[in-house]
Amino acid sequence: MKVLVAVKRVVDYNVKVRVKADNSGVDLANVKMSMNPFCEIAVEEAVRLKEKGVATEIVVVSIGPTTAQEQLRTALALGADRAILVESAEDLTSLAVAKLLKAVVDKEQPQLVILGKQAIDSDNNQTGQMLAALSGYGQGTFASKVEVSGDSVAVTREIDGGAQTVSLKLPAIVTTDLRLNEPRYASLPNIMKAKKKPLEVLTPDALGVSTASTNKTLKVEAPAARSAGVKVKSVAELVEKLKNEAKVI
Amino acid sequence: MTILVIAEHDNKVLAPATLNTVAAAAKIGGDIHVLVAGQGAGPVAEAAAKIAGVSKVLNADNAAYAHQLPENVAPLVAELGKNYSHILAAATSNGKNILPRVAAALDVDQISEIISVESADTFKRPIYAGNAIATVQSTAAIKVITVRATGFDPVATEGGSAAVEAVGAAHDASTSSFISEELAKSDRPELTAAKIVVSGGRGMQNGDNFKHLYALADKLGAAVGASRAAVDAGFVPNDMQVGQTGKIVAPQLYIAVGISGAIQHLAGMKDSKVIVAINKDEEAPIFQVADYGLVADLFEAVPELEKLV
Repeated sequence: MKVLVAVKRVVDYNVKVRVKADNSGVDLANVKMSMNPFCEIAVEEAVRLKEKGVATEIVVVSIGPTTAQEQLRTALALGADRAILVESAEDLTSLAVAKLLKAVVDKEQPQLVILGKQAIDSDNNQTGQMLAALSGYGQGTFASKVEVSGDSVAVTREIDGGAQTVSLKLPAIVTTDLRLNEPRYASLPNIMKAKKKPLEVLTPDALGVSTASTNKTLKVEAPAARSAGVKVKSVAELVEKLKNEAKVI
Repeated sequence: MTILVIAEHDNKVLAPATLNTVAAAAKIGGDIHVLVAGQGAGPVAEAAAKIAGVSKVLNADNAAYAHQLPENVAPLVAELGKNYSHILAAATSNGKNILPRVAAALDVDQISEIISVESADTFKRPIYAGNAIATVQSTAAIKVITVRATGFDPVATEGGSAAVEAVGAAHDASTSSFISEELAKSDRPELTAAKIVVSGGRGMQNGDNFKHLYALADKLGAAVGASRAAVDAGFVPNDMQVGQTGKIVAPQLYIAVGISGAIQHLAGMKDSKVIVAINKDEEAPIFQVADYGLVADLFEAVPELEKLV
């Protein structure tokens, strides 16, 4: 079966971002960018499905600026067969991304679509669910285990109190949680080979999708800073301060 | 303006996060209706009717809603939601699972995890693991929003006397089915609602050593959390994880033991009122947010702390 994986180019998870002085957003100039960590897990899961003989082709798709081709090449080096970039310079909302992905799903007809559960920049946690709604497919969000058998997929999900397993009819949408797998690194020969794999570039217009949004970001501020704390010398002093100064115990 | 709040429950008990969500709805202003979608969840609907400020409870009782499968619940919420100005749910695993599906069905953008209400159409929410706060305005006719519970003080469980109305609508997409559930058992307070949280990280070295934290937590009436490192190493189950990808807590007192303080962990606890860090590495980033820091070996400090409190 064909598996479609969506990946996003985001600021690297180790970077401590700074808010711009004019409060228009965060400063992303000259900041290291990477593939969203949850998307890496999504690519890894697809590659493992292919290694097990379940998946026959992996198509990786990204929606974003021209530079997102770097993340698509990374996914190709990890084992994806071909890539699609839907090029858009604007910052799109999750709904716009879901609509674009729906157009790609209609075109490619995958049996399984794997996304990360959230992007670490916008922290929205919406796109997979929205794509599932638009396509009418079942959704297995926050997956920690995925097992395809016949025309259905069993997904074990991380929920607030523990874990839940649901069965979804294929085609279906799965979003990955951290514990689904440990992503591999791309080897140098595979990075070289990935340069020759096909990468198709589309536009929202070509897909016939409007990316208009009902949300507007008015400003972005730095969070309130915590006032500096003190170092205590002993456990006794700590207990004394918690009891008498902070009055929390 | 009428606001629809989706109740969080397990068919038996109304989850406390619903009270924080109603508090957010009260800040927006207008009539507040609560939807209880489940199977045999009558007691939940009755509890919801008593919540202060709620004027109506809609009880959708159907086998299709028993396990909150989004394929079935989302069409119900989208159908009922057409008559409302706002649809709110707590940013729990259920709320996050269902609400974006509702938003897409209504063709509107969603606003996730709001921490404050500026006006009926403008909200604040953290982005980049809490390192920036965005003020977002929605021009959608129906505003679909998830609420971060720790951003709002819960409303009273008593004082309301709303009418309970049965909703007949049954949606069964038959694209998904429930197989099983495995819930972690704990006698301690729930992590997201606890007044005191004691958390352990990689410094605990193994799962057995968490007994020191459990002993301390029991003495303080606290919940026990963990960093991703402790969960990934298999010391404790993943539902104990505090952070950007785990649970968000904001207790009165947060005690971080053997946790270095990565950005992703801080995202889940830096709104705690008082933070205490116990770590033997005095350069650990956790000390930059801690109100009280103790540079010490946790295996000596924690048992001593347990004796003294």
